[in-house]
Amino acid sequence: MGSGKTALVAALCRSLAGDLALAVVTNDIYTTEDADFLRQAGVLAGERIVAVETGCCPHTAIRDDIGANLEAVEGLEERLAPLDLVLVESGGDNLTATFSRGLVDRQIFVLDVAGGDKVPRKGGPGVTGADLLVVNKVDLAPAVRADLAVMARDAAARRGGGPVVFCSLTDDPAAGAVTSWVRAQLAVPPG
Amino acid sequence: MSLRAAALLLADGRFPAGGHAHSGGVEAAVARGRVGDLDDLVAFLRGRLATAGLVDAALAATTCHRAGGAGVLPWGELVAEADARQPSPALRASARVQGRALLRVGRRAWPGPILDELACAGPDGTPHSVVLGACAAAAGLRPGDAAAIAAHQAVAGPASAAVRLLGFDPLAVAAALADLADDVDRVAADAARTAGGSAADLPCGSALLLELGAEDHAAWEVRLFAS
Amino acid sequence: MRAGALRAGAAVVARLGPDGVTRLEVLRSSPPLGLRQAAGSLWMVGTAAGPLPGDRVTLRIDVGAGAAVTVRSTAATVALGRSGSARSELLVEAAVGAHGQLRWLPEPTVATAGCHHRGLARVSLAAGARLVWRDELVLGRHGEGPGRLTSRIDVESDGSAVLRQELRLGPGAPGWEGPAVTGGAGAVGMVVVFDPGHPPTTATCLGPECATLPLAAGGVLISAVAPGASELRRRLDAGMVAGEVAGGVEGGPVRHSPELSDHGGEPARR
Ligand SMILES: Nc1nc2c(ncn2[C@@H]2O[C@H](COP(=O)(O)OP(=O)(O)OP(=O)(O)O)[C@@H](O)[C@H]2O)c(=O)[nH]1
Ligand SMILES: [Mg+2]
Repeated sequence: MGSGKTALVAALCRSLAGDLALAVVTNDIYTTEDADFLRQAGVLAGERIVAVETGCCPHTAIRDDIGANLEAVEGLEERLAPLDLVLVESGGDNLTATFSRGLVDRQIFVLDVAGGDKVPRKGGPGVTGADLLVVNKVDLAPAVRADLAVMARDAAARRGGGPVVFCSLTDDPAAGAVTSWVRAQLAVPPG
Repeated sequence: MSLRAAALLLADGRFPAGGHAHSGGVEAAVARGRVGDLDDLVAFLRGRLATAGLVDAALAATTCHRAGGAGVLPWGELVAEADARQPSPALRASARVQGRALLRVGRRAWPGPILDELACAGPDGTPHSVVLGACAAAAGLRPGDAAAIAAHQAVAGPASAAVRLLGFDPLAVAAALADLADDVDRVAADAARTAGGSAADLPCGSALLLELGAEDHAAWEVRLFAS
Repeated sequence: MRAGALRAGAAVVARLGPDGVTRLEVLRSSPPLGLRQAAGSLWMVGTAAGPLPGDRVTLRIDVGAGAAVTVRSTAATVALGRSGSARSELLVEAAVGAHGQLRWLPEPTVATAGCHHRGLARVSLAAGARLVWRDELVLGRHGEGPGRLTSRIDVESDGSAVLRQELRLGPGAPGWEGPAVTGGAGAVGMVVVFDPGHPPTTATCLGPECATLPLAAGGVLISAVAPGASELRRRLDAGMVAGEVAGGVEGGPVRHSPELSDHGGEPARR
């Protein structure tokens, strides 16, 4: 919880909405918090943001029973076609949260430095399986005495060299490195 | 006839048909203080089963019966009869959301003309009970199976939502559902008996507070369940 | 059947006259149900106590094209009985011709402890016909629970189903007192308004116990539960206002032909 997923979605919208047709689906524990935040942040027109109810089981909604999310995505595609990119934010992250490949083409897992530098070592399907691991809030590392080098080493080991981005969305609200990664993915056909 | 694996699959709460996001009215009842303990939940489930559960089971059985036969399927008539039995627009909408989710997975699981036709039937979708009956037919099940699944889901879904919302002991809730099993069977049998008849004569049963609660719930800003 | 149980048939046939006034061509009733006309309405008058166990009353209402009929009652219908007694039944069959209008606005039915009563209504509306139908159920007299009560209504317009609703309350109806059905309310009720000329209403919640519910086939159902009869009426009236269909109840005064009288007589209960 609170690792910066919504902040990252907002950042991606800010830096991509200029030249890409975007939409967002949120899976909040409490239905509309994230969607409301994004609408208020004004990073995207309200009609491009849809919230899905998850019945206390945000993991189920993105992994085991993805119908409601698929319907939300298809609804957006129908209404706003053509869309270049739909971002789906999960609700209530923990290390076991992953997206179904039936729902998304790429997934980004966001870790919070303030959660401790041992988290990448613990692994879990989010850390190991995501297409991109974002370690956010590096600005807080000194305050929480987190060793970013340890995190980088463990993440690389767990991910078999898969990409990792360290960032601070407060310091870089455009999320430059993540944006570049997303653009690169769009050039690669999904699969 | 013995239990059919396809029936177990359709009835399973883990079958990815979106059921987990719907509380069957429990969330609204909890928020209004109407369901607080296990006795309340059992009374809720009994009332729900005898009303909405019976209607859904009868619609599922009748749809299964008709879809299993030959000829053009009168989806429109069944949908109109389902709608006439549901005054709450929020519940009609939620039945369609769940119907679309079930149809999505049903078409993958049991591809064929029955579900393809149903997919073309209505622009905003078909109520869950009708889709369930059609899936049962597509899976080679009988009207009685469709009724049993619908009756079971009328209580099982809300019961698991109550566990999540109120932290009930899941073993106690399982025991309560076991106590209700005979009632579920009776409702399914009553529903199955209506399957060959005219749609206008299908049973009705209003659950006043489910209907009122659903409208209330749909207007909330913050909720955990879609209905 | 209880000795003395009544089988009664009442009938109303109303037609629009060339002067634009609705005339009652037939007005027939017998105990326990009497029909009178006064003050622009037809009044149901209890001419004997009841309904009592075993009583079967059928009321047929035929409203011709363009005609308008309002039915009210002078007092609540009190369904009586002792547990285990035979069922009493009131069946209302109404047909409303093209652009006709029926307003059914009786006082509540009180289901006393031990009663076993069934109210059935079948309403069929021709194209353009309008309906206002109120049904209020009081669940027991003061300090008692109700007996067994079923209330069923079927409304069809132009041959297709508008509303099919059945409430099963009291002993023998599973979960009826529970949080899915009445939640311990002392009174429940509804008003159906079907008016093809009326713009569609939107769903409105008037608190958790009353709402206006637009029906799929057109028309609106105002539904409420309440602690008692007077609060129920207040909520239904508020729902009518919120649904902007209150005018359907007030309406203009409907004049009936004065010549016709009740041919039913008033024989005493045997
Ligand atoms: N210091 C610091 N705070 C950040 C950073 N990124 C996000 N935050 C803050 O962290 C808090 C949570 O951020 P969100 O983006 O809402 O996190 P989330 O992962 O979407 O949270 P949930 O959706 O509730 O799981 C907010 O107060 C953000 O302002 C960062 O890089 N540095
Ligand atoms: Mg968030």
